[in-house]
Amino acid sequence: MNKFSALAFAAVLSVASVFGAAPAVAGGTVSTDGSTSMEKVIGSLGEKFQLDNPDIAFTYNPTGSGSGISAVLEGRCDIGLSSRALKDDEKAKGLKPTVLAYDGISIIVNPSNPVKDLTVEQIKDIYTGKISNWKDVGGNDAGIVVVGREAGSGTRDGFESVTGTKEQCKYRQELTSTGDVIAAAQGNPNAIGYASTAAVGKTVKTLTVGGVEPTEANVKNGSYVVQRPFILVTKEGKALSAEAQKFFDYAVSKEAAEIIIKAGAVPAAD
Amino acid sequence: MTGSNNLKENIIYGIFLVLGLITVGFVLLISIYLIIAGLPAIREIGLIDFLFGTKWASTAAEPKFGILPFILTSVYGTAGAVIIAIPVGFFTAVYISKIAPKWVRTWVSGAVNLLAGIPSVVYGLVGMMVLIPGIRVVFNVPDGATLLAAIIVLSIMILPYIISVSVTSLDAVPKSYEDASLALGANHIETFFRVSVPAAKSGIAAAVVLGVGRAIGEAMAVIMVSGNVANMPGIFESVRFLTSAVASEMSYSSGLQREALFSIALVLFLFIMLINACLNFFIKRGQKLH
Repeated sequence: MNKFSALAFAAVLSVASVFGAAPAVAGGTVSTDGSTSMEKVIGSLGEKFQLDNPDIAFTYNPTGSGSGISAVLEGRCDIGLSSRALKDDEKAKGLKPTVLAYDGISIIVNPSNPVKDLTVEQIKDIYTGKISNWKDVGGNDAGIVVVGREAGSGTRDGFESVTGTKEQCKYRQELTSTGDVIAAAQGNPNAIGYASTAAVGKTVKTLTVGGVEPTEANVKNGSYVVQRPFILVTKEGKALSAEAQKFFDYAVSKEAAEIIIKAGAVPAAD
Repeated sequence: MTGSNNLKENIIYGIFLVLGLITVGFVLLISIYLIIAGLPAIREIGLIDFLFGTKWASTAAEPKFGILPFILTSVYGTAGAVIIAIPVGFFTAVYISKIAPKWVRTWVSGAVNLLAGIPSVVYGLVGMMVLIPGIRVVFNVPDGATLLAAIIVLSIMILPYIISVSVTSLDAVPKSYEDASLALGANHIETFFRVSVPAAKSGIAAAVVLGVGRAIGEAMAVIMVSGNVANMPGIFESVRFLTSAVASEMSYSSGLQREALFSIALVLFLFIMLINACLNFFIKRGQKLH
């Protein structure tokens, strides 16, 4: 009998722990809405912020840059998140962009590949299938194996918008993580791939794009072009709530920079 | 005294009933949820366009949701894996059950069980590091992430299931059958293949069906070795399975794309139900024979 009552007790406990864990928040809220690519950066910032301010509820709604921008405009969230620069008409509506960080995307190949540099135009032609042999860009006479990320990935979205290859890429492999792309480039002498700069190590060769290396400084000053900004969008002239302002100040602070680096981006704060 | 015993019995009975119902409840919940989540997208896309469309471009400006490439890839991939795994698994099972000396049996069964315990991500990783470059070099193709790589990985993954279920059913063949066969002058090999195997045939069939179910439901390992591009299947083509189609896009999906992924899961679910029905059929028939 003892065994069974213990079992039943355990079952009741486990059910209770599932349903009984509603968060109790007394203070205000900070709501963010927008870019799915910023998930990692905003997620880690939010986590740390929440840890330091347990009475403020932090929410992040991953809807995409476009809908995040309109959410701020319509007052449905405190801070909008955009992984592209604001368009002029969006700025004209009174939206204020604050660059939180930059996301550099490295172009990687196998270490044995003699190619060192590609222009953006060449990268575009390779990914759309116009150039299919490495000898056309100064490499060996071998077919190019185009490796990329799955549809919906923020890195893919960033890469394809910078190179202007949206919906035209002819992938040989669509992998589901940065690590897999790096492993594929490592394993195939004719592969080319792209991955977040922070994640690329020494196992693969990083190409320069138009002669520029994807260093932190080059990403920040814009000379390395395969990159995009991570932007916090707020409304001009409309004060944030105290809680939202607190998060905003925290996010652009030096203190947050380390977390942003860990999340794989280059912080804009000096 | 009897009264308290009765009460005890009832409580225990109740607990078992509840625990049993929880399992049934989970199955029902998942089935109902999948149907509810999977149907809207099929209705919006159209059943024919969804099942027989050959183009999948879920995030394009004009999205296309045809899953025929995934269905065919899953069918070909599973069939290929089973074709490789059946002969290997079958002969291994006969060897383990009937021919191997005791110490070999212990070692080989141990190895087979270990194979079953390896997490699929490890299969994927080894496939990525060894198999993909290997296929590229051996077959002289530009890239080794192909349907062939997935088939090889899957066939190794389902081997332990085919072997251990086959061994169990071969072990269950009554010794008297074999003794009778030997007494009539048949040698050992004849006895195994003419008497033991036919007697265990429904169990072996169940083993194969189990392997099929395992292969068609595998996602992690194939996602890492198959290239994962929505092409129509070809042996040296980069392909995407039903499982990997769901797994690869789910994390960032939204709107109709997400609903369509649920619809793919529903199709996969129906496939697996069908396979389970086959499995039950073979097991029932096996019970009738004995």
